[in-house]
Amino acid sequence: MTAALGSMPRLAAGTLAALLSDYTFRTVALGAAIIGLMSGVVGCFSVLRREALLADGASHAALPGVVAAYLITGSKDAAVLLAGAAASAVLAAAATVLTARRTRIKFESALAVAMSVFFGLGLALMSYAQRLPGASKAGLARFIYGEASSIVMRDVCASAALALMLTALVCVFFRQFKLAAFDPEYAASAGLRSGAAGGALTAMTVAVTVLGIQAVGAVLMSALLIAPAVAARQWTRSLAGMTALAAVFGAVSGVAGTAYSSLRDGVPTGPAIVVTASVIAGVSLLAAPGRGIAAKLVRRRRLRRRVLAANVSAPEGFDRTPPDASTTTEQSARPAAPPDGEGSPNAPQNERIIPAAPPDGEKHAAASAPDEDGKGGGSDAGGA
Amino acid sequence: MPAELEIGLIAVMTAASCAVCGSLLLVRGMTMTADAVSHTILLGVVLAYFAAGGLDSPLLFLGAAAVGLVTVALGEMLVKSRLVSEDSAVGVVFPLLFALAVILITRYASSVHLDTDTVLLGELAFAPFERMTLFGADIGAKGIYTSAGLLALDLLFAVALFKELKTVSFDRTAALVMGFSPALLHYLMMALVSLTAVGSFDTVGSVLVVAFMAAPAATAYLLAESFGKMLAAAVTAAAASAIIGVRAALALDVSFAGAMATAAGLVFLAALIAAPKRGLVGAYLRRRAGKRRR
Repeated sequence: MTAALGSMPRLAAGTLAALLSDYTFRTVALGAAIIGLMSGVVGCFSVLRREALLADGASHAALPGVVAAYLITGSKDAAVLLAGAAASAVLAAAATVLTARRTRIKFESALAVAMSVFFGLGLALMSYAQRLPGASKAGLARFIYGEASSIVMRDVCASAALALMLTALVCVFFRQFKLAAFDPEYAASAGLRSGAAGGALTAMTVAVTVLGIQAVGAVLMSALLIAPAVAARQWTRSLAGMTALAAVFGAVSGVAGTAYSSLRDGVPTGPAIVVTASVIAGVSLLAAPGRGIAAKLVRRRRLRRRVLAANVSAPEGFDRTPPDASTTTEQSARPAAPPDGEGSPNAPQNERIIPAAPPDGEKHAAASAPDEDGKGGGSDAGGA
Repeated sequence: MPAELEIGLIAVMTAASCAVCGSLLLVRGMTMTADAVSHTILLGVVLAYFAAGGLDSPLLFLGAAAVGLVTVALGEMLVKSRLVSEDSAVGVVFPLLFALAVILITRYASSVHLDTDTVLLGELAFAPFERMTLFGADIGAKGIYTSAGLLALDLLFAVALFKELKTVSFDRTAALVMGFSPALLHYLMMALVSLTAVGSFDTVGSVLVVAFMAAPAATAYLLAESFGKMLAAAVTAAAASAIIGVRAALALDVSFAGAMATAAGLVFLAALIAAPKRGLVGAYLRRRAGKRRR
C-alpha cells in the first residue's frame, strides 16, 4: 500500500479499490465517518453557543474516568471505559460551571483548571495502572492520541445507533435548540424551556466528545467538533443548512483522514482526520462566496475603485483617471438614485455599494457590514 | 545533591515560573491560551529539531517560542476577520498545529527521544541524569539551570513591567492614553508564555505546564486582593503543590507530572471551598446573611 504515492491516477484508482475491499479499512472509515457526522451536527450548536472549548475540556477530563473504570472493573471493554469517561467528563463540567457561577473566576479559567487537573489525575492513575500485572498500556493510551484502528464493527454499530438517536433528537427539537443557541433570553420569555434545551445540547456535546476520543484522541477531539461547524458556517446562513453541511464535512474528514493514514505509513489516523477537517475549514474561510476572506478582498477592491471613480473630494494624489469612466459620469449625473434601481430613495447610497453585507439575524455572524465598507460608503454619500 | 532534592528543586522552580505566567494570563481572561500554546510549541520543537538536527540546540527554544506566537497571531487574525468567534478561533488553530506536529513526529522522528509521551509527561524522573558541567566539574542537573533561568526571566518581566502589566490588564484605555502599546506588551507576554512553556515541557511535560499556568493562578485569584499579592500567592501555591506532588509521586510511585497536576488541583479545591471571602462556603454564608437581613 505504501508504494502507491497517488502520483499516477490509474495507480491511485487501483489503491482506492484495494482500500475499499479491505475490511479493516471499511470498518474504521465507517466508524470515523459516523463520529465525524455526529461531531459536525453537535459542533454547530457548541460553536454557536460559544461552548467550543467545552469539548476540549470534556475530552481531557474524560481520561481519569477511563482509567478508573479500568481499575475498578478490570475490563478493557470500550463500553465500560466510555461510561467511566462520560462520568468524569460530566463531573469536570459540573465543577467548571459551579466555579464559574459561584466565584469570580471566569468560565474559561475554570475550564482550564478543571481539564488540566483532571488530565493530570488521569495520567497519574495511568502510570499506576501500568504497574499492575497484566495491564498493558495499549488499551488505555489510545484514549490520549486516539487509535482509530481499534474501532471494531461493534463500535461502529453502537455509534451508528447513537448517531441515529442524536439526529432524531436534533430534528424533533430543532426549534428549541435553535432558540437555545441564538437567544436563550427570548426563549425563556416565550415560555420555552431553553434551559432544558441548553442542558441537552451540552450533554450531547459531552456524549459525542467521549465517543470520539477513541478515534481521534483526547487532545484533538475538540477540533472535530469545531472545524466542520466553522467551515459550514461560511457557506450558508441557515442553521439547518449549516448543520447538514457540517455533518457532511465531518464525515468526509473522517473518511479522508482514515484513507490518508492507511496509504501513508506512520501517519496516525486521528491527526490525519483533524488536519483534513482543518483544511476544509481553512478553504471555507478563504473561499466561501460572499463571506469568505477572498470575497471580502474583492469587494473591498471594487469599493475602492468605485470610490475613486466617484472622485469624492479626492486629495491631489488621488486625482487620477478613474478606471471605469462610464461609472463616473453616471454617478455624478444622478447621485441620489442608484443606477440599478435597487433600494428605496430613503436608503443610503452605500446599500448599493455593499451588495452582500450579510444581514444575518444570527448573533454569531459578527461579520455584517465590515467597517471599511461603512467608511467608504459614507464618504461616497458625502461627495454626492 | 541527592537526585530527589534535584527533582524537587526543578519541580518547584518550574511550577513557580508557570504560575507567574498563569497569573498574567488569568487577569486578562486568557488562561485557555496557555492550553493552546503549550500544545502548539510542539510543532516549533519538531521543526527546529529538523533544522538543527538535534535536541540540544537553542534553536528549539526559538522555534517553539515562534510557533507559540504564530498560534496567538493566527487566532487573533481569525477573530479580526470576524468570521469566527474567539473560542472557536483558538479551537481551530491549535489542534491543526498540534496534529501536524504529531504526524511529523510519528512519521519522521519516531526513532529519536522526541516521542509523544515525553511531550505530554516530560521526564522529570530522568532530569538528574542530564548533568551540567563547568570546566569539567559537575555542577548539578541541567534542569535546575533551565528552570532557574526561566523563573528569573518571568520574575524579572513581572517586576520590571509590573505597572504596565497592571494597567494593560485592567484598563486598556488608560494604557493607550499613557502611551505604551498594549499590543507590544501583549506579544511580549505571549513570547514569555511560549518560552516558559517550552522550557518547562522539556522537563515536566505539557500537561503540567497547563495545570500550573491555570490552577495556582486561580487559587491566588480567590485569595488575594491585589495584583502583587496575587502573584506572590500564585507562586506560593505553585511551590506548595509541586512539593506535595513530588512527595506523593515518590511515595505512590506514579508519574511526577500527573501527581503534581493533581496536587495543584487539590490546592485549588481547598481554596475554592474555604477561601475566606470568595470561597464557596464564604459566598454561601454571605448570601444567607444577606437573605436574613432582608
